[in-house]
Amino acid sequence: MTVDPRIQRYSAAFTPQVIHEIQRAADQGLYEIRGFGAKRHLPTFDDLVFLGASVSRYPLEGYREKCATDVVLGTRFAKKPIHLKIPITIAGMSFGALGANAKEAIGRAATAAGTSTTTGDGGMTEEERQSSKTLVYQVLPSRYGMNPDDLRRADAIEVVVGQGAKPGGGGMLLGQKITERVAKMRTLPVGIDQRSACRHPDWTGPDDLTIKIQEIREITDWEKPIYVKVGATRTRYDVALAVKAGADVVVVDGMQGGTAATQDVFIEHVGIPTLPAVRLAVESLQELDMHRKVQLIVSGGIRSGADVAKALALGADAVAIGSATMVALGCNKPVYIEDYHALGVEPGSCHHCHTGRCPVGVTTQDPELQKRLKPEQGARWLRNYLTVMTLEMQTVARACGKSHVHNLEPEDLVALTVEAAAMAKVPLAGTDWIPGT
Amino acid sequence: MITVDLDHSSVRDLNERLHRLPPETNEKAWRIVNPKGAHALCAGLSLPIEVVIDGHPGYYCAGMNKEASIVVNGHCGVGLAENMMSGEVRVKGNASDAAGATGRGGFLVIEGDAGLRCGISMKGIDIVVGGSVGHMSAFMAQGGSLVVCGDAGSSLGDSIYEARLYVQGKVESLGADCVEKKMTPHHLAKLQRLLARAGIEADPRRFKRYGSARRLYNFHIDHADAY
Repeated sequence: MTVDPRIQRYSAAFTPQVIHEIQRAADQGLYEIRGFGAKRHLPTFDDLVFLGASVSRYPLEGYREKCATDVVLGTRFAKKPIHLKIPITIAGMSFGALGANAKEAIGRAATAAGTSTTTGDGGMTEEERQSSKTLVYQVLPSRYGMNPDDLRRADAIEVVVGQGAKPGGGGMLLGQKITERVAKMRTLPVGIDQRSACRHPDWTGPDDLTIKIQEIREITDWEKPIYVKVGATRTRYDVALAVKAGADVVVVDGMQGGTAATQDVFIEHVGIPTLPAVRLAVESLQELDMHRKVQLIVSGGIRSGADVAKALALGADAVAIGSATMVALGCNKPVYIEDYHALGVEPGSCHHCHTGRCPVGVTTQDPELQKRLKPEQGARWLRNYLTVMTLEMQTVARACGKSHVHNLEPEDLVALTVEAAAMAKVPLAGTDWIPGT
Repeated sequence: MITVDLDHSSVRDLNERLHRLPPETNEKAWRIVNPKGAHALCAGLSLPIEVVIDGHPGYYCAGMNKEASIVVNGHCGVGLAENMMSGEVRVKGNASDAAGATGRGGFLVIEGDAGLRCGISMKGIDIVVGGSVGHMSAFMAQGGSLVVCGDAGSSLGDSIYEARLYVQGKVESLGADCVEKKMTPHHLAKLQRLLARAGIEADPRRFKRYGSARRLYNFHIDHADAY
């Protein structure tokens, strides 16, 4: 008997994907764990557009009139702030989540582009320190591999309170990725399902954080900029507390931020989008008269030079890219199709970083799979991508008449939706209306 | 011996001075007076020098210590010897919360009591406590040994990995996946060495050993209640 497709009524609440997930949970008794960031529709930078030059504003000539992109991070207290050529940094991603070839490629590309990379939950690898000219060293609740020598040879230090993919959650690396090398770095048995703590072991609230930052400064003789990274939730208060605790730089990671492995419920249902988070963070800094004195790095779903320009226009000093970095290295590229199918996905929808079976050799410890990403080629891809983002950002800035990308301002933006207008506090296009004001 | 009076010098100046000592230094014996709760005192030392602190330091005394021997004639604040790499730290009095947190090596002796989360996430450090430890001690402890001559608070060794815990007194409760384990001659000998090095007279046979049941290393639905 044939089924008439015209009379099939699918539930908007119990979609085929929801039905599948309920039945999977009933079968396995475990929440879904996956990689990547939020996949649901969210208000994003796509909902903002720039007001380019017109009669009332004049543009700068592309290629001939300068539009600078440099940024200095850590000017508040550090003896040695970081000078970057571009305001696009590479977010923290652990060795363990990523393979060694991926980490080396990222370091090489960032060095060529004049920007920084960041370690992750697994500590600092030798390949990373050698390949990355400017390296930010994360201090996470797990403290895997933490040691004073790496603190001292880092260029900046990032105290991670949380990340956008899982605010309030700890790190996770499943047993198939805990190889001998990873296990040794993390002081763990091979093959276990590793969970990191969600809170730091030796400090709890902002008053303790103040003293912890002081300790890190003492150990490093006050040389290094200290960042504090938070997942975007109560952003206004978190940024204020980070500033009061003594941070040189605050990193705010919106809910679009990626991960190599965490519970899907965290990724999709905890945190706020990057769009309002930027505005909240900037307002918090302005209220403390610390905007531009404590620098703001924003991350979570940054994909293009347009996104970078919009984040800067809203008041960020720089952005960090994580998921986009991996995509540049080949994540979800339509190659090795049979290996995507073995994971049950098509290229373009893969989020199976947690399995360690990355078809393109990025988020894997398998030596055979890692061979698919050659560090030189990966570095070239990422360097090209960073160059394109920079050119796009400069194109937009020049069109708005700006000689430095940091001169982009909220008045250069309007919103295409009421939600974006309210979240970013820029007017709805064609009106003077900012919802809520 | 070089004496530094923190009534007339800053912690920052002292730490920088200690960090800048060359490896071949002759300035190997130091005495610090009037700490008065100062934080991060002697944090980040990295040479085999000897430091005596007369008084009570604040948070993170001897943080990330490497190779130095530090004695505190007083009580210590939160995070004593956190992430210690090597060397020895001895406290004559009590230590506050998170003593020896994430320590990767070295030897920490607390002759009095320690607060909450003693040895939290320890990764190879050996800790000997002459008194008792508080709640959640050895939480997520990955490696090394924690010896407690007194009692242990609730949830001892919650989510423990491969660290070894020895307690002489009462344990208020054990944490997730932490169980009492058999004390073999090997463990008795190891415990005896730790007590001797700490200078504490106690009979290892009066101690019980605790460690991981290893049921939570990989998720199984039947163990979900343990979380």
